[in-house]
Amino acid sequence: MIAIVDYGVGNLYSLERSFHAIGEAVTVSADPKVLSGADKILLPGVGAFGDAAEKLRATGLDQLVKEQAAQGKPLMGICLGMQLLFEEGHEYGIHKGLGLIPGQVRPISEVIPGDLKIPHMGWNALELAKSSPLMKDVKQGDCVYFVHSFHAANCRDHVIATAEYGAHLTAAVQRDNVFGCQFHPEKSGAVGLKILRSFAQMKG
Amino acid sequence: MITKRIIPCLDVKDGRVVKGVNFQGLSDVSSPVSLAEYYSAAGADELVFYDITASSDGRKLFTDILCKTAESVFIPLTVGGGINTVDDFDRVLKCGADKVSVNSGAIRDPDLIRQAAKRYGNQCVVLSVDVKRVDGEFRVFAKGGREDTGMEAISWIRRCVEMGAGEVVVNSIDTDGVRGGFDLPMLEEVCNAVSVPVIASGGAGGIQDFITLFQTLPKVDAGLAASIFHFGQVKISDLKEKMAVAGIPTRL
Repeated sequence: MIAIVDYGVGNLYSLERSFHAIGEAVTVSADPKVLSGADKILLPGVGAFGDAAEKLRATGLDQLVKEQAAQGKPLMGICLGMQLLFEEGHEYGIHKGLGLIPGQVRPISEVIPGDLKIPHMGWNALELAKSSPLMKDVKQGDCVYFVHSFHAANCRDHVIATAEYGAHLTAAVQRDNVFGCQFHPEKSGAVGLKILRSFAQMKG
Repeated sequence: MITKRIIPCLDVKDGRVVKGVNFQGLSDVSSPVSLAEYYSAAGADELVFYDITASSDGRKLFTDILCKTAESVFIPLTVGGGINTVDDFDRVLKCGADKVSVNSGAIRDPDLIRQAAKRYGNQCVVLSVDVKRVDGEFRVFAKGGREDTGMEAISWIRRCVEMGAGEVVVNSIDTDGVRGGFDLPMLEEVCNAVSVPVIASGGAGGIQDFITLFQTLPKVDAGLAASIFHFGQVKISDLKEKMAVAGIPTRL
């Protein structure tokens, strides 16, 4: 069973439906018992870094997510959920993240040419940087759907895929059992469903 | 590099997909749920559901069908039609829509864009605008293209983007349903006026019209069409292959 962490951020309907579509059991929950009992944890999120980090802390689920990850349970963050995995976010001030992966979340305007539109929105090709169980069924150049104005920077060798948008933006990361996708696999058609399936099939 | 998006638009009335020629003489085509699944599998980059129902019964039917569609479609879904309040945003987002487009609702109350952008983020708010040439200027039309608002279109679009619209669908009434190609002069003016994604709508008659659009106006992000896809004149897979061959960034 995959548990999607419900901490009051965004619409979880599409993610839940995606797992149904690939025949994987999923639950959306804010209950620490349910989350601890799940095989895998998925951290979603849309909106601003500071608000989301605060909501996660206010519910106490930040500690739970960190403990579960420390026990080796597969954890995946999506979009803002991925950004929260890092040490800090620079969006309307500097906010602390979960610190599960080294790096900071910074405005993409710092690294891309001024004539490119922000947010980075639409379908873009993945450039696979190294092999990862999350991307085992993804081919070099497969397109996925992005919507974001901030990106993970200085994440050392934890980047497993990038997307070219005037710069090589971090598209996916992995540190041991902790994974993250900047894009939306639940909106990325067949390729996205393959990525979710690869996550669902991981062994804890 | 971001690929150019191909977007089939499903005009839905009383739970069925219809498409008008110059917004008149609607004809029934098919079921929204099956068409959406078909397009999603065929390589569409996004879908637009446009609710042209007037009655509240029809609206409920639309909402039910939207929820059913969202269950089996895993590409971005934009919903428009009858969006007049932030509660309307809420209603369709809860069904699984990713973006919401406003047209007449924003003309009646421009503050709707600001309120919705504040609550859901700019990326969620799409301005849809029906534009027609009148007395040598681009004019905004309301009520499905039937009513001249008297407002100049480029300044209206700029104002809406400043208030928080994250994307603009420009539908040229002059070229809509004619199948003679997109309205390139109108689109160029819009692209020069705003820095958010611009979606071209109205006038696609064949594959070459999309290629001409993206080659002439590289700033245009997406092409939207309805009848040429619904009636099978243009297959999305063929279109995208030809776009790729022409050197246009395309998701295959």
